[in-house]
Amino acid sequence: MTSSAVTSSGVVGSPGTVGRRLGVAVLIAGALLPLVPLLVWAFAGQWRYPALTPQQLSLRGIGLLTDPRSQIPQALLTSTLIATTVAALAVLIGYPAGRAVGLYRFRGRRAVQFLLLAPVIVPGLAAAVGLQVFFIRYHLADSATGVVLVQLIPTVPYAAIVLAAAFANLDTDYERQARALGAGSLRVLLFVTLPLMRPALLLAGLFAFLISWSEYVLTLLIGGGQVTTLPLLLFAAISSSDTTAAAALSLLIIGPPLLLILASTRLLSTRSGAVIGMGRL
Amino acid sequence: MTATAITLTGLGKTFGDTAAVQHLSLELAAGSFTALLGPSGCGKSTTLSMLAGLTTPDTGDIHFDGVSILELPAERRPVGLVFQKPLLFPHLSVADNVGFGMRMRGMGRRERSRQIAEMLDRVHLAGLGERRVGQLSGGQEQRIALARALVLQPKVLLLDEPFSQLDTALRTQMRALLRQLHDDSDITTVFVTHDQAEAVEVADTIALMLAGTLAGHGTPESFYTRPDTLAAARFFGVRNEIGGRVSDGRFIATNSTIHVDTDIPGVSDGDAILVIRPEAIHLGGTRSVPGTQTLGRVVAARFAGTHLVVDVEIGNQQLRVHHPAAGRPVTIGENIGVELPPEACTVFSITTP
Repeated sequence: MTSSAVTSSGVVGSPGTVGRRLGVAVLIAGALLPLVPLLVWAFAGQWRYPALTPQQLSLRGIGLLTDPRSQIPQALLTSTLIATTVAALAVLIGYPAGRAVGLYRFRGRRAVQFLLLAPVIVPGLAAAVGLQVFFIRYHLADSATGVVLVQLIPTVPYAAIVLAAAFANLDTDYERQARALGAGSLRVLLFVTLPLMRPALLLAGLFAFLISWSEYVLTLLIGGGQVTTLPLLLFAAISSSDTTAAAALSLLIIGPPLLLILASTRLLSTRSGAVIGMGRL
Repeated sequence: MTATAITLTGLGKTFGDTAAVQHLSLELAAGSFTALLGPSGCGKSTTLSMLAGLTTPDTGDIHFDGVSILELPAERRPVGLVFQKPLLFPHLSVADNVGFGMRMRGMGRRERSRQIAEMLDRVHLAGLGERRVGQLSGGQEQRIALARALVLQPKVLLLDEPFSQLDTALRTQMRALLRQLHDDSDITTVFVTHDQAEAVEVADTIALMLAGTLAGHGTPESFYTRPDTLAAARFFGVRNEIGGRVSDGRFIATNSTIHVDTDIPGVSDGDAILVIRPEAIHLGGTRSVPGTQTLGRVVAARFAGTHLVVDVEIGNQQLRVHHPAAGRPVTIGENIGVELPPEACTVFSITTP
């Protein structure tokens, strides 16, 4: 049971196959076509109005990606480290919150649910401007630690919401059964709950990673230009009208999320997931 | 392995405003097979959960062989637990499921594999160890769940409606397997069910729970012949209830000419209800015990295979009788002798509040 469209379109001879294939083709084209101009721009040396294609091709844009002077290799590393850390922390913090909201009925559950959602509703920028004062006071501004912390604001809610939905589907009798078989609390968590929750944990982490990966405003505000991530370089390239560099950077920024999503569709549609409902992207 | 006796004393558990279990005291003999019977919501599952250590009682105590186990957390109680759902861990193979408890106890891989293979053989699923959990049928899944609990050689086996999701034929087969596993090991077994027929078929003793309290405890036969309480009699399908009075050891019905001379132990003079099973009543009997025979009129008769279901009216009292199909012919409207053998009658005092 895979949920990937490619597999389901591979059913030969079943009714509606042609229509289904067409649908898949349209979807794929819709997703990939916007990337074509990016690809062309990334390899364009000179491309002036009104030419339909670049007058000159060049490898300058691609060369920038590996050139230390462009800051791009360092930024790639910074972005990866920050996004990975943010994803891990968001899942770690979102886990107990998600469990509480998803599994337990308690007074004020709705209020907690709303508070969890609040950072999604309130623009992060508004919160960050207020928080900046504290970040400066506690010497967290202009540092990667500060950036990681501030990026938890938009990511924790998503992680918690994804995990709450999964916990709502979790049959806690599995945990009771494990206890009856001699597993203490920690072992129940390690050997039963976490494996059962694996698809949701991956999904929550993926969301957090993607949000962090493309975050610009919060990084700029708290990083103060000292913490350079890929989106920051992209905005710099755009504002200096270096379209070739911007296109090359865009391709670089799109790459990891695309790979992650492709990999996760396979991981998420696992046969072993007892927690369904979040198992499909 | 010697079997373990279980003693519950004054056990109570309240959820919010609802008392799930109240003043439950019960002795389960070592090696016994007890069905904890009752309708849904009667507290039987809560009781089982308290035995397993997954629910903490508010009052009372639980002893295994005279030693209180209340302080023991669930994971350290010598108890095997099987739920209604198989709850096989979907991320583990069949063998790893069966071996889960042994792994938690830190048993080595080689010893584990040996015991897993042996246990799978005992539940007639040898060779299925490498299967994934999703590839099993309902009956196989529940047998794996049983194996997973039994492989740890618990002193007490607790089952919470384990077969209620299986079809009838499979259920009968599983009961036989469970019975055999119990008899092989003499493990003290508590089997929760809402199905009276299942309780009678599988267990040696039945503990009937109604509304959180014990309504009867004894052999399956005793629930038919000598129920402890009127509620227990009703749960076991008593249809014939006759209201009346007891004086000087004699029961006299209020609405009819029925009267039974019997030495009724434990019943004081006053208002009472007499119950009798349909198959215990004789129609047109030649046995004439003075004082138990009375005259009734047949109002309905229906053939039901081995017997006739006959409704007889005596005064304002209607009685349901199972009359042997090969016995004296019965015609609707006729007057007929109705005999209530004293030994088949159970009388309950109505305690006036």
